[in-house]
Formats: sequence, C-alpha cells, structure tokens
Amino acid sequence: MHNTLVIIKKQLKDTLKNKTVLIQFLLFPMLTLIFEHAISIPDMPELFFTKLFSVMYMGMAPLTAAAAIISEEKEKNTLRVLMMANVKPWEYLSGVGIYVWMICMAGAGVMSTSLPASDIPFYLGVMAVGFLISIAAGACVGIFAPNQMVSTSMVMPVMLVLSFAPMLAMFNDKIEKAAGIFYTQQIRLLLNNMTFDGIKPECFVTVAVNAALAVILFFAAFRKKGLE
Amino acid sequence: MIKAVKLCKRFADKEVLSGIDLEINPGMIFGLLGPSGAGKTTLIKIITGQLVFESGEVKVLGKNVSELTGEDKKQIGIMMDNHGMYERMSCIDNLKIFADIYGVPYSKTVEALNAVGLAGSAKKPAMKLSKGMRARLQLARVLMISPKLLFLDEPTSGLDPVTMKYIHKLILDQKANGCTVFLTTHNMEEAAELCDEVALLNEGKIIERAAPDKVCRKYNHRKRIKIHLTTGEDIELEHDQKAGESIMKLMSDGRIETIHSSEPDLETVFIELTGRKLENAEEAEYA
Repeated sequence: MHNTLVIIKKQLKDTLKNKTVLIQFLLFPMLTLIFEHAISIPDMPELFFTKLFSVMYMGMAPLTAAAAIISEEKEKNTLRVLMMANVKPWEYLSGVGIYVWMICMAGAGVMSTSLPASDIPFYLGVMAVGFLISIAAGACVGIFAPNQMVSTSMVMPVMLVLSFAPMLAMFNDKIEKAAGIFYTQQIRLLLNNMTFDGIKPECFVTVAVNAALAVILFFAAFRKKGLE
Repeated sequence: MIKAVKLCKRFADKEVLSGIDLEINPGMIFGLLGPSGAGKTTLIKIITGQLVFESGEVKVLGKNVSELTGEDKKQIGIMMDNHGMYERMSCIDNLKIFADIYGVPYSKTVEALNAVGLAGSAKKPAMKLSKGMRARLQLARVLMISPKLLFLDEPTSGLDPVTMKYIHKLILDQKANGCTVFLTTHNMEEAAELCDEVALLNEGKIIERAAPDKVCRKYNHRKRIKIHLTTGEDIELEHDQKAGESIMKLMSDGRIETIHSSEPDLETVFIELTGRKLENAEEAEYA
C-alpha cells in the first residue's frame, strides 16, 4: 500500500507537467462549464451538454490517461526501475488506476456543478463506475503496448467508439441499437433519467458484461505481457 | 557477497551464458569485461533477479536470488545502462520518488545530489540534463540508498573523460565505504583503474579471471623492455641479464628518455584470448 501511495504522489506531481494527459483531464469539464453557461437553444433538453460531455469524458480521459501513463513508463524504462526498487506490479497499477480515477472524479465533480444537488450523488456514482471500466480498458492497452506510439494507435479507435457512439446514437436509430452494447451508451441512458427507476435490466447487464470484459482483458494482457 | 555456480542461460536456441562460476567477496570492485553481446547485461540481470535462468545456482547476500526479500533488495543499488528517469520532473523530485519507496529521508537526496555534483541543478527537469549529468543523476539515485551491493552496467558508456573521472571517483568512494561493486564495462582502461578483480566474458563463458595486473602479467609472453632514447631512437631489449647491463649503461650515459616494460594491457589480453578461441573454433570446424 505504501508504494501505491508513492505512485499516486508521483503522478500528482507530474499532472501539471504532463500536458498531454492534463488536456484530457481538463477538456470536457471546461467545455461543459462553458457550453452550459454560454449556449442556450430553445427546446434543447435540460443539461444537454453536461450529460453528453460526461459520457464522452468517461470514454476518453481515463482510457487515454491510463494507457499513456503506463506505456510512457515502459518506453522510458522508468517502470523497470520501479520494479527493481521492489514496487510490485499490482502496487504500480493500482497507484495509476486510483490516481486516474481520482482526477476524473474531480473532473466529474466540476461537471456536476450544473446539476441539481439531489442528482449529484447519483451522477457521481454512475460516473465512478464508468471511469473504473475505462481505466481497466486503458490499463489493458498500456500493458499491451510497448511504447506510447503503439498505445495511441490502439487506444484511438476504442476511445472514438466508446465516446462518440452515444452521441451519434441520438441522431440515428441503427447506431443507437449498435451502441447499446457499450457501457458508455447505457450510462448515457442512466444520466438522461438521473434515476435507476424505469431502467431496463439489460442496461445493468450490459454495464456488468463490459466491466467483466475489461477486467478479463486486463488480466489476460497482464498475464501475457506483465509489465516488461 | 555474490556467488554463481555453473550458471546457464539460453534465449531460444542460443546459449548466452554457459556454466558461469563466480565468487565476489565483500568490499571489492569486481569488473565483468567483454564486448557487446558477450552476456554481461544478461548476467547482471540474472544476479539482480530480473531474469530467470535455466540451470545453476546464484546467491546474493547469502541467499538464493529468488529468495531475496524486499528488505534485501533495499540494500542493492542497480544502475543499468538503459534505465530511465522521469523526464518532466526535476532532479530532486526524481530522487524523492525513490527516497519515498526506499524509506530514505529527503536529506539523503540533497546529499546524493551534492555527491554527484548536481546540487546546482536540483530544480532542473531531467529532460534538460546532458548525458553526463543524467548518468550522475542515475548514480545519485542508487547512491542515495547507501547500498551494500552496487551493480553498475556500463556506467561511463559514451561519457566525456571529465565526467568519467568524476564517476570513477564516486565508485571508489563507495568502495571506501565498504560497498561491494559489480561493474560491467567494455572499457578496459576503466577496469584496470577501478577493479580489484576482473573476469573476461566472451560468448557466454568466463575465459580469464584475476586481478587486472595479474592478468596482464600472466599474458606477458614477449617479456621485452621498450626504451625511447634521447636521440629519438626506440630500442627493445629482452628480459635478461644482458639487457640489465645495457640499461645500466644507457642510464649512466643519460641517454634514456622513457622506459617501459612490454606487458600487455587488458584489451590486448582480451584480443589474444578471444582470437585464440576463434582460431580453435575454426580448427575444430575444419578438423
């Protein structure tokens, strides 16, 4: 646990200096604040930008950040130094995971400021679960990719599908059906209602299957590649 | 401190280490010499527990390498040629990360930066350091933990002579503090200057092992004395009584500018040994 805290501390120190990752963390919370306050279109659903950008944030930031951090450490050989300093792989991965999750939750906290106070716990709870799935998927890519370039190539299509499918689903029924297999789309539905009432069981099953798949892939990648 | 018995390692079909026997006593600087691809880094990785091996036995700090605990590993400093650092972070922050991991007080990070001459660059991001400064920062990272056992893989590779000398001094300081140093290098001069004992590794086998001057004396086949005269003439004499008389005469006449014995340096010994081996291999192939 001590080493996990050291990794979190290290990542926090690096946050302001790592512009690639910082942009990922700040982009959607800032866009949400700006759009919610600056744009008002008649008949636009309430809190449209908050809900839309929240799902996009969930599909992008944790995925790319986790993959970028792990693959960079592999590429620069700092991960090997940590391993030789007796930092266990699980300590490192949990440190990175907790860090990304905390920062994303802070971002979600900023995005939630537009919501009614009564919806905030539900919103943050749902976002927390979504972030965890995205972090597992991002870590999976980070473990598998030997360097940042490969990591970016691998993460880009996954990120685009997960974050844009829910948005495109709003305009096209066929895409909506197809997007239904992704947890981001199911979470968008949950955020639209801001309640579990009236939600079909398939929603929870889809999120659970996505989570299980991310975890299985994560362990498979770790077993195959380790942190070498 | 380190003991390897009949250590073998292969990658796919290629045997990279063949029956390595090694014993390194506490407090000595041991140099493992060999060209690129000889197996030096593989051996260091096995001894530090980064690689598994097929057969043999490796003991470090009196324990099998696979049984080393976290506390044992805290006594071992490892500086590998390709080890990175956190580029965006300052020198001091790079050290603080490892001070946290090893449970070392932050005052040690400042001491370590002072020791390697980087105190003035403490706030500088690692990405802005020159190659020599990076090497010194890497060294600071391992020295900070006051290791009992220090592994240095090509610590001065590609560095300028001034930085090289600086690092040599730091290594000798560690020895003076009772640290055992395991050094790999292909710089034979460096090995001769620093090491109490060297092993020459070629194609996965240790082909010679002793103190550097002993190795050089052992392969002094020519046993000749080279003299450069004040007239500019160079002469070579045998190691015998007659040569002694000639030297006495030249000296008394004041005609000697420089005088050297002809024992080979480590590099010459290595070339001789590996050259013989290649010849033998060719002979075996054609036999």
